[in-house]
Amino acid sequence: MPDLLKEKTEAKPNPRQEAAAGVHHVSRFRGRFQRLWRGLIGIVLLALIWEFAPRLGLVDRHFVPPLSEVLDAWWQMIRSGELATNLRASLVRSAVGFGLALVTAIPLGAAIAWYPPVRDLTTPVLEIFRNTAALALLPVFVLILGIGETSKIAIVLFACFFPILLNTISGVASVDPQLLRSARVLGLSPVTTFRKVAFPAAVPTIFTGIRIAGAAAILVLIAAEMIGATAGLGYLITYSQFNFLIPKMYAGIITTSVLGLAINFGLVALERRFSRWRY
Amino acid sequence: MSSTIELKDVGQVFRVRGEDDRQLREFVAIEHLDLTVGAGEFLTLVGPSGCGKSTVLDLVSGLTRPSAGVVSVGGKEVTAPGLDRSVVFQQYTLLPWRTALGNIEFALEAAGGLKKAQRTARAREYLELVGLSDFAGRYPHELSGGMKQRVAIARSLSYQPEVLLMDEPFGALDAQTRERLQEELVHIWEATGTTVVFITHDIDEAIFLGQRVAVMSNRPGRIKAIVDVDLDRGSPDDDVRSTAEFARYRHQIWTMLREQHSPVARLEEVHQVA
Repeated sequence: MPDLLKEKTEAKPNPRQEAAAGVHHVSRFRGRFQRLWRGLIGIVLLALIWEFAPRLGLVDRHFVPPLSEVLDAWWQMIRSGELATNLRASLVRSAVGFGLALVTAIPLGAAIAWYPPVRDLTTPVLEIFRNTAALALLPVFVLILGIGETSKIAIVLFACFFPILLNTISGVASVDPQLLRSARVLGLSPVTTFRKVAFPAAVPTIFTGIRIAGAAAILVLIAAEMIGATAGLGYLITYSQFNFLIPKMYAGIITTSVLGLAINFGLVALERRFSRWRY
Repeated sequence: MSSTIELKDVGQVFRVRGEDDRQLREFVAIEHLDLTVGAGEFLTLVGPSGCGKSTVLDLVSGLTRPSAGVVSVGGKEVTAPGLDRSVVFQQYTLLPWRTALGNIEFALEAAGGLKKAQRTARAREYLELVGLSDFAGRYPHELSGGMKQRVAIARSLSYQPEVLLMDEPFGALDAQTRERLQEELVHIWEATGTTVVFITHDIDEAIFLGQRVAVMSNRPGRIKAIVDVDLDRGSPDDDVRSTAEFARYRHQIWTMLREQHSPVARLEEVHQVA
């Protein structure tokens, strides 16, 4: 089996040669196809273990039912519309919270970064907030905003806000000074310099924050829905557990995984589109 | 289009903190510096590293104001950056999210006065001047170091400045690319007639490019001597760098730089802030 050493030190044309000839090296050990194929095998193996471990009595069937039963429960929920209702509830909450975080954190972060004194003033405060677990604040949100939608959206907003804000600040603040110097040489106004130089330079860093926020949005929301809600994926999972509908509970869990994957995939695709110049 | 550059008794002082004793001090980068560059002239500036070459360029470009003395371009005192002057830095300062063409358009957008289509046409014209017409749609990361610096030069020339300031623009390039770009730069200078101030620490480069070579002293930087270079550069096929005259200039400047190469001198130049 080829190991890391063999793969990384494989004989290949150097980058200059590749660039001059307009070609890319193809690894003997690890092509694109081989990678995908191996990944697929990994997933199939996981599915087989999940299916047969309960059947063979390696784990308690009541607590971990075989995958086929879980998928069956999943299918039933899709057919009955139960899944759609709960998924929609979760999606609306996380999308609203996430969207609000986007439109507030990016402009605020950019403004903070642009004025170093403001940055000095806010950095310690932001560090405190960043290190406060969003879920720890759920009681506060419930106290102030009640048990309804607002408190759940607020907690998603809180969880998404800080990754985006802090990444926007660091992205704008760490713009290459040489680019700013050349903007000054061209006589650009500060506003134009920000718009045409500092902000575009920060976009990749901001996107990293957006991706972290996307993952946080789902994570925090599911947890919040487990505590007090009448719809949503978190509610579905705890409700199923309380009623000992174990396959249904796993179906809910799989849905959150798929949702998380889909959101991350979408954000990565968006990131690639906006930072095409890096690849 | 070209302008005279004049620096009169210019000094530049920065605030620094000592690495060993943590004391605030004044750091005298340049002191009593006088230099005049004629309109349309190609002047190269050589000096030991850390002698304040780049500081001179920052002053002429208007990025910083001098602590003492007067800097003027075209008879007017320099108080801020302006589109009559342009700078090519050593590090490639292209916007990585814009294509080669887009980077030149960026400068033209800043300069103003042209419509979108005119900007594109002008940008193409200057890309052609530096021989990169085929690479208009490439992003900087897809260009070699030499190509990036060509784009930077095209960008600087595109808004037709009267003075072109260059801070070791070829310093990061390999020897062959550097020589080719030097030749191209001379052609471009002849074609545009812009005043050029070119900073380098490479003596050969200074002699090959400059009509005059200004030699700076150790910090605090001053102009130590100015050498008139009278070389028959002739056709590009003649290897002017290997002629006897070239070697003589080289030796003359090398000797000047060598004389002041005493590292002890540098340490004593720091004045403590009271």
